[in-house]
Amino acid sequence: MAVDVSKKKKIEKQLVLPLSHAFNMSLRSIKIRFGRSIIVTSSIVLGIAFLMSILSSNAFITSIIQKGPESLKIALQQNLDEIRTRQLWLISLSLLVCVVGIINAMLMAVTERSREIGTMKCLGALDKFIVELFLLESSIQGFAGSIIGVFVGTIATFLTYLLRYKGLIWSIFPGELLIRYSVLSILLGIIISVIGAIYPAYVSAKMEPAEAIRREV
Amino acid sequence: MPKDAIVRTIGLKKTFLLGKIPLHVLKGIDIEIYRGEYISIMGPSGSGKTTLFNMIGGLDKPTEGKVYIDEVDIAQLDAYELAWLRCRKIGYIFQTFNLIPVMTALENVMLPMIFGGMEHDEAMNKARELLETVGLGERLHHKPFELSGGQQQRVAIARALANDPAIILADEPTGNLDLKTGKEIIHLLKEMNKNKEVSIITATHDLKMLDVSDRVIWIRDGMIERIEDRENLQIRVGEVEGEEAG
Ligand SMILES: Nc1ncnc2c1ncn2[C@@H]1O[C@H](COP(=O)(O)OP(=O)(O)OP(=O)(O)O)[C@@H](O)[C@H]1O
Ligand SMILES: [Mg+2]
Repeated sequence: MAVDVSKKKKIEKQLVLPLSHAFNMSLRSIKIRFGRSIIVTSSIVLGIAFLMSILSSNAFITSIIQKGPESLKIALQQNLDEIRTRQLWLISLSLLVCVVGIINAMLMAVTERSREIGTMKCLGALDKFIVELFLLESSIQGFAGSIIGVFVGTIATFLTYLLRYKGLIWSIFPGELLIRYSVLSILLGIIISVIGAIYPAYVSAKMEPAEAIRREV
Repeated sequence: MPKDAIVRTIGLKKTFLLGKIPLHVLKGIDIEIYRGEYISIMGPSGSGKTTLFNMIGGLDKPTEGKVYIDEVDIAQLDAYELAWLRCRKIGYIFQTFNLIPVMTALENVMLPMIFGGMEHDEAMNKARELLETVGLGERLHHKPFELSGGQQQRVAIARALANDPAIILADEPTGNLDLKTGKEIIHLLKEMNKNKEVSIITATHDLKMLDVSDRVIWIRDGMIERIEDRENLQIRVGEVEGEEAG
């Protein structure tokens, strides 16, 4: 019986932020601050487009080696080995720049919205609601940015290969591999955005409401 | 039997550190506020009214001393219980309205109820009712920037009442409003105080507020200067107004 009572008390005292509601709030925050959202999103677009152009170019080369004419194979194989070592740190660097860009933009968002955050805490928001909102906002941007980035990167690469190899490209088109790389890039884009937002989200959640509301921007 | 104290502070002190120099803003405040009272806290700018509010509302921690809300020492609450207290027990009203800019009036009023675990439709109905009570039944779907200052403050009042709190803390609720609108807001607060039996604590420079207050607490330099009941007040108001004019 005693257990029952304590359970009841817990339920009575719950504080919640339903996901649908949080999602809706984040989406609107992005919309209303469209200018800054574009900056964050475009940094992801660039990073992911770069990543995807390298990945898809790998896909084309691999496919040509597997299915293309003998004459191209040897030259490309050498090319591929050489490129791969250089690529790794280029990719890492571009993604790192991405993360820094997101942290920067999100920190700006925290200062700008400090009063809003304080107010929400006055209304009963837990720290984790604030973190949730910021991470959600960032992953929505990460998702949108990655999708655009994947398109841009893939199409740019495709066009260069089309110019160089003409009709051959159609016969070796590595559809399945490209799809796999796209999914990978989109996931990575979302992960990067979340990583970039974790610190700013934490900072914003930890402010005492009085301080958050007092801070003028 | 003693009256039922909804707020009680004991030896409340707050010191801010400006670099290394301590600034003693509250120097030992003892007050008791009873259920259903309408209290005005008056004092010159910088006397520590907002700081006192933040302590009472659980928005900041005192350097020394205790705050009891409904006989619970709020320093003993963990983060979760504190958030729950802010959600269910206290309604906040600010000089700068502080509505969430991306949300409509209706959604602003719904938010504390959503946090408190109320179903969406139930919250919506209650928010609509509250907005009708404050006279904004026609403005449910307007965003804050589409509303006047007085209208925004009405939304804030509706929002503060959302979870039927025991206390409303209003820090200069009329500070950004013109005379007439300020009066309307004061009367709205008084009405809520009477009809919903919620204790209202306002900080203000606004002498119009004196008419509706049960007691007035005057603070100066972080200390209570005097506390007056309404009966004694009537005599004083003229005097104060004279002071202000002169
Ligand atoms: N977070 C803070 N850090 C440092 N000093 C602070 C802080 N908050 C308030 N103060 C100082 O404490 C004093 C009292 O401030 P408070 O805001 O409580 O006054 P107030 O009575 O509300 O004044 P007003 O009527 O102008 O709103 C001021 O001197 C202010 O500078
Ligand atoms: Mg103040």
